[in-house]
Amino acid sequence: MTEHTSSTPAKAPADPAPTEPGSQAGARTQPGPSPLDIAAAKQPVTKPSPSRPAPSPPAAAQPARQPVKQTVTGAQALVLAMEKVGVDVVFGVPGGAVLPAYDPLLDSEQIRHILVRHEQGAGHAATGYAQATGRVGVCMATSGPGATNLVTPLSDAYMDSVPVVAITGQVASSLIGTDGFQEADISGITYPITKHNFLVTEPGDIARTIGEAFHLASTGRPGPVLVDVAKDAMQATTEFTWPVQFDLPGYHPVTRPHSRQVREAARMIIESRRPVLYAGGGVIKADAAAELRDLAEVTGAPVVTTLMARGAFPDSHRQHLGMPGMHGVVAAVGALQKADLIVALGARFDDRVTGKLDTFAPDARIVHADIDPAEISKNRHADVPIVGDCKEAISDLAAAVRAEHEGGREGDYSDWWAQLDGWRERYPLGYDEPDDGTIAPQYVIERLGKLAGPDAVYVAGVGQHQMWAAQFIGYETPRTWINSGGAGTMGFAVPAAMGAKYGLPDTQVWAIDGDGCFQMTNQELATCAIEGIPVKIAIINNGHLGMVRQWQTLFYNERYSSTNLGDRKTEERGGTRVPDFVKLAEAYGCIGLRCERAGDVDAVIEQAMAINDQPVVIDFIVHHDAMVWPMVAAGTSNDDIKYARDLAPEWDPDEE
Amino acid sequence: MTKHTLSVLVENKSGVLVRIAGLFSRRGFNIDSLAVGPTEHEEFSRMTIVVNCEEHPLEQVTKQLNKLVNVLKIVELEPSQAVHRQLMLVKVRADADTRSKVLEAVELFRARVVDVALDAVTIEATGSHDKLEALVRVLEPFGIKELVQSGMVAVGRGGRSITDRTLRPVEQRTA
Repeated sequence: MTEHTSSTPAKAPADPAPTEPGSQAGARTQPGPSPLDIAAAKQPVTKPSPSRPAPSPPAAAQPARQPVKQTVTGAQALVLAMEKVGVDVVFGVPGGAVLPAYDPLLDSEQIRHILVRHEQGAGHAATGYAQATGRVGVCMATSGPGATNLVTPLSDAYMDSVPVVAITGQVASSLIGTDGFQEADISGITYPITKHNFLVTEPGDIARTIGEAFHLASTGRPGPVLVDVAKDAMQATTEFTWPVQFDLPGYHPVTRPHSRQVREAARMIIESRRPVLYAGGGVIKADAAAELRDLAEVTGAPVVTTLMARGAFPDSHRQHLGMPGMHGVVAAVGALQKADLIVALGARFDDRVTGKLDTFAPDARIVHADIDPAEISKNRHADVPIVGDCKEAISDLAAAVRAEHEGGREGDYSDWWAQLDGWRERYPLGYDEPDDGTIAPQYVIERLGKLAGPDAVYVAGVGQHQMWAAQFIGYETPRTWINSGGAGTMGFAVPAAMGAKYGLPDTQVWAIDGDGCFQMTNQELATCAIEGIPVKIAIINNGHLGMVRQWQTLFYNERYSSTNLGDRKTEERGGTRVPDFVKLAEAYGCIGLRCERAGDVDAVIEQAMAINDQPVVIDFIVHHDAMVWPMVAAGTSNDDIKYARDLAPEWDPDEE
Repeated sequence: MTKHTLSVLVENKSGVLVRIAGLFSRRGFNIDSLAVGPTEHEEFSRMTIVVNCEEHPLEQVTKQLNKLVNVLKIVELEPSQAVHRQLMLVKVRADADTRSKVLEAVELFRARVVDVALDAVTIEATGSHDKLEALVRVLEPFGIKELVQSGMVAVGRGGRSITDRTLRPVEQRTA
C-alpha cells in the first residue's frame, strides 16, 4: 500500500471485498475505503516523516478497523469523519455559521487547526500542503465572505488539479435563500471551479459527505471539493457511523489503460524518428516519476517537463531538454515543434505550451495518456488516446516498448539527438548582467537553487520570478517545485509555502516571490511566526509588476501604465521601499534581511539558511529591466520563439 | 452545424440542472431545447438536450458532461433510431366564421382542441419539431395569440433501456 497515492484511484468495477482498500469506488452501494488505509497510504513516500506533536495518522486511525456507531452532534460528526479520513491539519478562520464545527475541533487530538489571517491564505496553504505531500489539503471558512474568500484558491486548485477539500459553514437551512446575514450561495458560486461540491442540510448526511468529498478530491483526476454545511445541521444530533456507504452512482474514474492502445503507442515510438516525451503535472500527481524515468531510458527518447511537471524528471538527466512553452528553453520548444511523435503523459496541451495551436508541432502524431478522457483531443487531436492513471499508463508503455525490443524492433533517434544537442549547445538558458551594478534577478534565483540544493522545496508566486525559478533552479525530484500554473494566482507563494512547510517540517521550504505578489498575501507571515512554521521567503524586488512591465516593454511601446509599485525616489535604486519589507517582516515576528549587491547574495542566503526556528524574509533589490527569455509571444507560433530580444534561433543552420 | 439529441441520465438532486446548464454555457454551447423529468427510477431524472454543433465539439461537451459527478450516463439518440416528441399548446383566433377551418387543420394534424372561447381555441399538438412547425404555418393566417412549447423528449427505439446498465459502471467514451 505504500505505492497507493492520492492519485491512484480505486478501480471502477464492483469488488466483492469491501474491506480491501482502493477497490470499491465504483458501485454505489460499496462502502468507502477504510480510513486506516487512507491515512497510511497518504504518508509521503520520499520525504522524511513529519515530527509534529500531533499523533501520527496510523495510530489515530487504528480503531477505525472496527465499525463505529455513536450519538453526536452534526459538528462532532464532521470532525470525527475528518479524523477518520486521516486529516492532520486544517487551515481556516472561524465565524458565525461555522462556529459549531470549531468547538469539537478544539478537542481533536489528531487535527491541528492553523488560524490563518485571511481565508485565501487558508486555501493556498491547503494547496501547498497537498502539492508537497500528496495528501488532501483541508481549509475551513465561515459562510458569506469567509466562503467567497476561498473562491480564488479553489479556482487555483481546480486549474492545477490539486486535491483540496474546503469546508464552509452555511447559514441555518431555514435562512437559506432569504439573504440572511453572511449568506452566500457558495456551492452555486463554485460549481465551475470545483470538481464537485455539496450543500449539506441534514446532520445524518455529514459524515458520508465528508467521506465522499475526500474520495472525490483524491481519486481520478484530483481536484478541489467544497462541502457547505448548514449551521443547524451541525447543531442537531445524529448517529455517527463509520465506515460510510458512498452514494456516487455517476463517479467511475477509469484508471486501467487499454492494452491495445498501449501496444499501438509503443509501435509508434519505435517507428518514429523524432519522438518527444511531453510530461505534465499528471506524472507528479500519479507518483509516476520512477516510471517516467524508466520509459525515457528504455526508449532513449528526449523528455520535456512542463511548468507543472518540473521535478518529474531529473534536470540533471542527459535526456532532459527542460521546460517547453512560452518561456521554455529553445531545445524543448523546438523538440515539440519539430517532433514526428509527441507522447503526452498527464499533460493537457495548454496554450502556454502549444503557442498558436494550429501551428503547433505540425508533423507530429500524438499519443495522449491522461486519466481525464475530456483532456484527450480537447485541444489537439490524439491519434492514440490512452485513458488511465499515468503511473499505470507509463509502466505499461515501457513494458510494451520492451516487448518490441525483444521482437528485434528498436527506435533509432541518433539524427534527432544530433539536432537536439545542437540546439542545446547553441541556445542554452542565459541572462545578461545589468551594467549599472544592480543585481540580476536571475542570479539571485540561480544562487538560491545552488545553495539550497535539490532537496529543498521551492514555491513561487506568479510572474517573472516564477519563470526564472522554473528555469534556473535544477529540480531532481517530484514535489520540490510548487507553483500556480493554470490559474496564475499572484499571492500564491507565501501561504502555499506555509502549507508545504507544515506538511514537510524537516524540509527547507523557500518561497520565491515577487514584490507585487508578496503584497497580496503577506499577512500569513503572522501565521507562520505564531504557529511555528519557519518558511523562508526570497522577495525578488524590482519595484514593478515585472511580467506586465515586460509585456509593456515589448508590445506597448514602453508605455508603463500602472506597473510601478514604488515611487520616483526609489525607482533609480530599483526595488520598492514602500512598504519596507525588512521592517514588515520584523513587524510580523520574522527575521528581515536585505540584499542590494550581487557580492552579498550568497552570504545573505546562507544567513537565512542558518535560521531554522523563525520565518525569514530576504528583500533582494534587483534590476527592474530584466526580462524573461526565451519567449514565444502570446498568440504566435512556437516557430517564432526568441531566445533574446529580436533574436530567433536558426533551427537548421545547414539548410540556410 | 447539425442538431444532436443527447439523453442524459442524472441523479435526481437539487442543483443538477444548474450544473448541466452551466457547463453548456461555460464551454460555449447553446442549448436548443432542454426537457427534464423523473424516470421509472425515482432516484434518477432524465434530461433530453438538443444542441446545435459539429461532431468534435459535441464529443468534448459529452466528455465534460460525463465528468459531472451527478451524471450517470449519456446517450446520443440518432433521429432514425429514436422517437422524438415535443408538446405544443397554441391559442388561435377563431370566431364563428373561421372556427370550422381551424378545426379542419386540427383534424389534419391529428391535434386536439383543449379549450374553446368565443373568439379563440386552444390546440394541443404533439409530434416532431417539423410537424409542429408545419402546423404553426397552417394556423398563422388565422392569427396566433399565444404559443408555448415543451422541450424535446426522445427515447430510443427497440427493447433496450438507458437504465439497463446504469447500476453497473459505464465504460467512459475514450476519444
